[in-house]
Amino acid sequence: MDDQNASSVKRPRNAPRGLASADQFLSTDRCLELHRIMVRARKMEERMIKMSKSGEGIFWIGGPGEEAINACLGLQAKRGEGPAFDYFHLHYRCSAVMVALGMEPLDSIRQMANVVTDPFSRGRNFPSHFSRRAWNVLPVSSVIGIQWIKAPGTALVQKRHGGDGVSIVVGGDAGTAEGDFQSCLIWSTRPQNELPVLMVVLNNGGGISTTHCSQHSCNNIVDRAKPFGIEGEIVDGNDPVASWHAVERGMKVCRTERRPYMIEANTSRLYGHSSSSGAPRTNDPDCIELFERRLIAAGLIDESTIQTIHDQTRDEIEAAVAQAVREAKPVPGDEHLFAYAPNPDDPTYPDDYTGLP
Amino acid sequence: MATIVQAVRLALHYGEEHLGVTDVFGEDVGPPLGGVFTATQGLKTAWNSPLDERGIIGTAMGIAYAGGRPVCEIQFCDYGFNTVDLLKVAGNQRWAGAGEFAMPLVMMTPSGSGIRGSLYHSHSFESLASRLAGWKIVMPSNPLDAYGLMLSAIADPNPVMVLLPKALLRQKGDLLLPGEPKDQDELKDRIDAPVGDRIAWKPRWPEMQAHFVPIGKASIVREGEVATVVSYGRTLPLCVQAADQLAEEHGWSFDVIDLRSIFPYDWKAISASIEKTGRVLFVNEDTEVTNFGEHLFRRTIDEHFYDLTVRPRILMGKHLPGIGLNQVYEQNSVPQLGNIKDAMRALVEDPA
Ligand SMILES: Cc1ncc(C[n+]2csc(CCOP(=O)(O)OP(=O)(O)O)c2C)c(N)n1
Repeated sequence: MDDQNASSVKRPRNAPRGLASADQFLSTDRCLELHRIMVRARKMEERMIKMSKSGEGIFWIGGPGEEAINACLGLQAKRGEGPAFDYFHLHYRCSAVMVALGMEPLDSIRQMANVVTDPFSRGRNFPSHFSRRAWNVLPVSSVIGIQWIKAPGTALVQKRHGGDGVSIVVGGDAGTAEGDFQSCLIWSTRPQNELPVLMVVLNNGGGISTTHCSQHSCNNIVDRAKPFGIEGEIVDGNDPVASWHAVERGMKVCRTERRPYMIEANTSRLYGHSSSSGAPRTNDPDCIELFERRLIAAGLIDESTIQTIHDQTRDEIEAAVAQAVREAKPVPGDEHLFAYAPNPDDPTYPDDYTGLP
Repeated sequence: MATIVQAVRLALHYGEEHLGVTDVFGEDVGPPLGGVFTATQGLKTAWNSPLDERGIIGTAMGIAYAGGRPVCEIQFCDYGFNTVDLLKVAGNQRWAGAGEFAMPLVMMTPSGSGIRGSLYHSHSFESLASRLAGWKIVMPSNPLDAYGLMLSAIADPNPVMVLLPKALLRQKGDLLLPGEPKDQDELKDRIDAPVGDRIAWKPRWPEMQAHFVPIGKASIVREGEVATVVSYGRTLPLCVQAADQLAEEHGWSFDVIDLRSIFPYDWKAISASIEKTGRVLFVNEDTEVTNFGEHLFRRTIDEHFYDLTVRPRILMGKHLPGIGLNQVYEQNSVPQLGNIKDAMRALVEDPA
């Protein structure tokens, strides 16, 4: 990742300015856009961790340390509703995907504050458990692994529908032990029925307290896709430039060839598993710090501009927290809402669910 | 006094030393963490498994077939739903195998609400578990029972499910376990792993003694005349609290029965109490359609219709897909102290 060397060696004299990782290049504009998204997601999560400790929230889980690859995924996705667009089968460390897609941090903070204005779950679910119909973001579940077996279903409809929509599925390394992971490999590669599933494993080295290599033969996870004929690659998920290109290659295979692709991204878990483990800051490599050093070294931004971005973002987040915690809480009776879809032909529940018949 | 978590840990240690436990395993069960609730810290046979609940149950079955005595953990019962077919099979091996294959395994898992756990750390499991013929199912509500039921579970030649009430795991009991040091700090110092680096840490186990709570035996926690309340798990101490308050406020005395075992359940204890009081309330927090308590309710009607002075009552969780994070959701989804007290009051005030 020695980009100064890489850029001075690889980049022709009058090429556009930007950053390079090995022979992969990313323009200044794109870099700064990614940087901005990463910082917004990070500041939001760090404030949410505080909320879990201050009583403004209850429990925190999220994705600090995994912003680089997630931001690349969100920015390169086709955002919209229905099979012409990409579907997202995310897990609970994907807030940078949402920020990249255009989510206001306020919405995530509302979920953290478990207020009824939380647009993802009305104050029902843990933080980072997103859902947004207009963007094909399917409800994130705490149940590890199940996203893997739902992705082939949306991909099947996308393939039937025509167009270039992709089903993006993201999960952690430990979760690949669940049978659902293998189901995804099998269902995405049925002969004559290959499916456009972009499989992204965020490998942060383990799950909760259990290291990856203590439970899995320490071959690469991406190698498990090979016997199924699934193309894939390992990428430094802390490097936004490399991550950008990995996502681009994966999306291209899925969009144009209508078959699956797997990316194994090595990432960091910067605050441990969740607030249950106290969310202490770890010494893992920090994708934002690394990125900022490169941006400065390449002369694409200066320290004071970075500081301004951090300050502005912090102010934005503080304002969002101040607003969210004042918003309405659910009231008794709300627990019934949305349990069953209304059906005018159903004599019992023509409207919303109200309890036992 | 030990907490339920410490009691489970001490029981598993006793099991390793005296009852032939060969494996204590599950997700994050081994070092360094020793379980997300720390119930398995420092145990010599504890090990970490892959993140694969079906693998955990299947492997426990395999170890049991081959002569081991496994205790496996499903990290939260909420994550045990994908193991149901294996649980069915574990329960039928002896029956299906002409009596040749016993299945001496213990599955332990935290169950119920009360830790502000949102959709996936608030489920109850006992109603589903009660449908698994071939299994014995227990649910202690205090540390001494947790210790005694765990020992009985380990010693039993059948698969036994130990449901641990999430909400009560860290609560201290008011009775010493046999062999437990009197001083709580000493216990902590001996068996709780230090925060931070644990590589060199080893527990200094107290010399624990046997204490078997027979599976299938309820405990009468309060004795009274006016009415009977049957519960277990998280709601049990709430029933006791409500009974004490109502005794104080109105002079009403209740039989409060801690069922402790879901299967086999102590019908004798329930039956005798109903005959005495003629009024009964069943309380649990599992969802109402359909609920294990309804089975007890049905037997009550079948066998005690003419002993009842008033209609029997049952308080359960609402028929909902989950429990929401905001506490307004939780409080309106599963029985709370106020609901229980109201139901007990209504039971007593119901004119005969
Ligand atoms: C089916 C299931 N089992 C257990 C858990 C408890 N749990 C939550 S996160 C986690 C570890 C996940 O590790 P990994 O998939 O590597 O993702 P990471 O958290 O490291 O990003 C576990 C065991 C769960 N949520 N779902």
